[in-house]
Order: sequence, then structure tokens, then C-alpha cells
Amino acid sequence: MSYLLFQISFLAYFLATAAYIVFFITQKKHVRRIARTIFFTAAILHTANIFARYVEAGHTPITSIHETISFFAWSISWCYLSFRWRYTVKNFGTFASIMVLGLMLISSLASREIMPLPPTMQSWLLPVHASIAIVADAFLALAAIGGGMYLLQERELKQKRFGYFFSRLPSLEALDKLNQHCISIGFPLMTLGMFTGYIWAKQIWGGRDWHWDPKIIWSMVTWFLYAGLMHQRFTLGWRGRRAALMTIIAFGAVLLTLWFQLKGVHNYGV
Amino acid sequence: MGCDSIVLLGVNHKTTPLAVREKLALSGGYEEPLAKLRQLKGLQEYYLLSTCNRVEILFTCQDPRQMRREVLDLLFAGQVSREEVADCIYMHENEDAVHHLFMVASSLDSMIVGEAQILGQLKEAFQHASEQKTSGLILNKLLHKSFSVAKRVRTETRIGASAVSISYAAVELGRKIFGELKGKRVMLVGAGEMAELAAEHLVGQGIKKVVVANRTLERAMKLAKRFNGTAVGLDELVEPLLNVDIIISSTGAADLILFKKDVASIMRGRRNQPLFFIDIAVPRDLDPKINELDNVYLYDIDDLNNVVEINREQRDKEAIKARRIVEEETLKFGHWLDSMEVTPTIVELRAAAESICRTELAKTLPRLNGLDPKEKKSIEKMASSIVGKMLHHPMLYLKSDHPCSNREDRISTVRSLFQLDESNSSENND
Repeated sequence: MSYLLFQISFLAYFLATAAYIVFFITQKKHVRRIARTIFFTAAILHTANIFARYVEAGHTPITSIHETISFFAWSISWCYLSFRWRYTVKNFGTFASIMVLGLMLISSLASREIMPLPPTMQSWLLPVHASIAIVADAFLALAAIGGGMYLLQERELKQKRFGYFFSRLPSLEALDKLNQHCISIGFPLMTLGMFTGYIWAKQIWGGRDWHWDPKIIWSMVTWFLYAGLMHQRFTLGWRGRRAALMTIIAFGAVLLTLWFQLKGVHNYGV
Repeated sequence: MGCDSIVLLGVNHKTTPLAVREKLALSGGYEEPLAKLRQLKGLQEYYLLSTCNRVEILFTCQDPRQMRREVLDLLFAGQVSREEVADCIYMHENEDAVHHLFMVASSLDSMIVGEAQILGQLKEAFQHASEQKTSGLILNKLLHKSFSVAKRVRTETRIGASAVSISYAAVELGRKIFGELKGKRVMLVGAGEMAELAAEHLVGQGIKKVVVANRTLERAMKLAKRFNGTAVGLDELVEPLLNVDIIISSTGAADLILFKKDVASIMRGRRNQPLFFIDIAVPRDLDPKINELDNVYLYDIDDLNNVVEINREQRDKEAIKARRIVEEETLKFGHWLDSMEVTPTIVELRAAAESICRTELAKTLPRLNGLDPKEKKSIEKMASSIVGKMLHHPMLYLKSDHPCSNREDRISTVRSLFQLDESNSSENND
């Protein structure tokens, strides 16, 4: 049942992305309306899929690679939609939907087997810690997409050769604001995620020594990167190209952390 | 009875070299030439338009050929020889004239297609004509229609949305950098005409504050006053950069006046808020290296021309759409003109009926004794309402737009039924 829903939402994302790309090329408003509707439907179906999986597995489905990446894609969709509701950034949907589709593709390639949870993982902190961390990552992903768009647009403006993207991308100001908003939501969430992770680790390990594994080190590195970025922005007024570049680099660290995590760092107690 | 023709005579940048256009341009304002045209008895209604790219006169008359000669002689005698004028002038009549006017108003005939200035110039020219009462029923309707056609073209196509001239290009780029220009602050370095024009355009986009820096402070203050801004001297250029967002430079200086290190020094104080420099001076005022700084964008006049060039292709596509709108509106106006044909008959019919009504009242009322004014008024009212009701159907018949019955036939039917022509001629014979 959950797999069927997954496949349908995957298909819907595919259609939404295709429609968004058509809109990007033609800039016809009614195509965007279609794209939005399909994307919204896809996000709802995806929600249903995660819920069904929760029922089937008996625990929050954020443990296997398939589940985590699918959850990541789901978070990006809803974060994007929540932003859409607040304010629009021209053609942001095209880039966001491509990212979501890519993640869904990776997720669909991973094993869909439902693994029984090891006893240490059976805690109320599992859904709290994992979902907060991933939603934080979703906001940071949106910030990175915005950063990429910023770099593209800035290059056109600086080099004064106006290519394909110039008229299709939003203004630098809009992209910089997007970056700031996403990070000022994503960063506190990431901090909260790390804090809940710390509490959980404390519960499991008790008084034992810390495991300084790559995942923990990388999440610290990531945290410091974003903290630095936030600090520079608020004290020195860092913005524009530098902030965009930094956002993308920091998001690289996020992905690396996620990768280490998926490689089985959650086998703490095993 | 023949209807007046609408005639448009003119020269524009396409048909006439600048040297000739300069001589033809009505540099002294509209009053004098409009008054001069009053001498021509053959002109019913007329109006004049003179911009740097065109001189046009639009009028209605009975005999276009004759009036063409008279108008040209009156307006341009002395400046340019008759042959030279004849070579470059174009003349449109009726539907073509309407079409041409709509093309001009919607900026499809402009040197830079899509620029919005022409509409303002047209409105101004029309205002002069209507103040002097040289325009009448037909031209008023036609000019107002042309404004609404221009508006329709502007809203239904993107012709005005793309960058069309240097100040438009500047606004377009500014939008890509700042999102919107509302609340932004602009500094003019050098108070030349180009800068003034660009500033005017930017202020139209909601610019909040204007600072003018000029070599002579007096001129700076004068220009600043126009935009409710402030003035500074040219030697204190760096400090104000802290508080502005867009800088338009157009001094006549032979050397650069602002360098990379100057701008770099204030970026920290600005907390890296973006700065947009537009250098329209030749030779350049601003160090091209300024563009290398983060969050700083520098465009010189060549760069801006590139922006205009790029948009041309897209604009041409929109122009096709705009032309279709103009064609459509020309047709619609043609219908209105046709319906004007019946108007004289309607007026005469009403006048004839009213005169009968008045005559009969004049005969009857004195014979009725003891009427108070109120009763008298009621009788007058009744008489005129009987006339009105009687005429209602003939009027409808005249105005109806039925394909089966010919308009001319209908007009002649009504005219002979009510003996309009005979009563006219008998009056004339008196």
C-alpha cells in the first residue's frame, strides 16, 4: 500500500517537475498554475505514503536510507510550499521540484525493506530528533538552491552578457532574502536537532565515553559553518555572492553528514 | 451631403533626415501655429503634434487635396522649400489616418518601439488643441480613443515592459538587482539633460530620494529642487555614496572622477548593500574596475545599449500582437465614424420637430386666458413630450445597424418622410 502511494507520488513529482520546466522555458502563466497544482497533489500523496509506511512499520519511517531520503524530499516539498504561501520567488519552483525529484529517484533506488528497530532506537526521541534534523536540512537545501540561483544571476549581471537565465531568474535582492529567511529558520532547527540528538545519546550511552565518529564531527563542522555565516551576516552585513557561495559549501557539509548518517551511524547500540 | 474627411499630414524620423526635421519642428510651442491655422476656413477641426522625432497635423475638412497645400504653405513656408516638404511628407486619409494615429500613440511608430514618452507628448498636444477649441466632436473622440488604444496595447502586450531605451534599460537592470525600485535612493552626478531624463524615469518608478552632485552647485540645487532632493558639490562625492543605491553619472569631465578604492572604502559602511552605477558620460566618469567589487554593479553606455539590443527580438514579437490591437481598434473607430453619418439627420429632425412645437405653442398659449405659469409649463412639457415620443421610432430606425437595410437608404427615407431637405432649401431661399 505505502509503496503504491510512493510510486504515485513519485510520478506526480515527475509530472510537476516536467510542467515546471515547461513553464521555465515558455514562461506561460497557466502552465505554472498546472505545475503548482500537480506539485501540491504530489506533496499530499507523499504525506499519505509516509503515514502508510508509519502504520506498516509501526515506527516513524526515518530509519532506512529509502525512508530518510524520501522524508528529506517530503520536507523540502512542504518547506517550499510553506514559503510559496508566504511570498513568491520567481521560478524557484522549477529548481526546488528538480531537487525533490532527484531525491525521490535516489530514494526509489534504495532498499525498501522494513527493518525491525533495534531496542535502543525505540525511543520517543527518534521521531523528534530525526524529523527536526531533516526539516532543518530541507530549509538549508532551499537556501542552497537559492544560493545557486543567486550565483547564476549575479554572473549574468556582472559579465553583462544576458543569456537564457537573465529574464527567468528573480532579482538578486529576492534571492538574498530567500537565503536569509531559509537559514534563519534552518539554523535554529538544526541546533535543536543536534540538542535532541545529544540528549538521546546521553540516554543510550549513559556515562560511557563519546563516540567521536565522522557523523558527529561533520555535524559539528556543518553547525559551525552556518553559525559563522549567520554571524557574518548579522555583524558585518555579509550578503550577496559571498553568502550564496558559503551557503552552497555549507550545504555540501549537510549532505556529507547525511551520507555518514545513512551509512549506518545509527547502529550506536548494536 | 458629404462627410468630412479625416486627414493626417506629417514627417517622422523614418521619412525625413534630422536636418530637415529640425527646421520643421514647431519649436515655439503650440499656441502660435494653432492660432495661425485658424485663418484657414476649410479646416473644421485640427490639432498639432511636434516631438523631436515627428511633426504631425491632424484635421478634418471637405477637400483634402486643397487643404494639404494650404496647411503646408501656412506652417512651413519660409523654412523649407515646397519641393523638399513634398518629398518627405506623408499623408493619410480617414481609416489610414486613424490607423496611423493609433500606431503613434501606442509607440509602434516610434524610433524606440514601446517607449512611453510619446503618449505623454500626445496628451499634451491634445490639451493645447482642446484649450484653444480647435478640436471638435470627431477629433476629441479620436484622440481619446488613441489614448485608450495605447493603454490597451500597454496592458495586453509586454511591449512597454521590456527595456526600450537607456533609462528603461537602467530601470530594468535596477529591478534585477534591487527587486523593486520603490524606496531606493538615487544620486545624479552631473546635472545634464540625459541624467535628468533618467532621473525623471526612475522617480516615476517610486524612487524615494534624489541627490544631485554637480560642478556648479547652483545648477545642482535647481535640479534637486525639481525632484525635492538635496544638492552636493562634485568634490564631496564619496560620502553621499553611503546613503544612495543608484548612481547616474554624466559629467563632462575629461578624466575618471570615481575610483575602485573610493567605492571599496564605503562598502563596509553600507553593510554591503548593493550599489548600482550607471555611467552615461562619454568619455567615462567611473573607473571600470569598480565592477569587480562584490555587490557593486557598473554599467556604461555601451553595456546599456547591449541590454536594449537584446530586448529587440522579444519586442518585435510583442509588436505583432500590438499591431493586431491597433487594427482592431481602427475598425471599431470606423464603425463609430459610419454611425456619425446619421447624426446630422438626427439633429435636423429634432430641430424641425422642435420648431413646429415652438410655433404651435406660440400660437396657442396667448389664446388661453387665466393660466398660471405652472400650468403653462405643463402644457409646454406635454407638447415636447408628444414630439419626443413621435420621433422615438424614426430615430431608432436611423440608428439601427441592420445589414439588410442600407444606411443611406434609411437616411433618405427619413429625410423625405419629414421633408427635411425641402424645409432646409426653402429656408435657404428665404
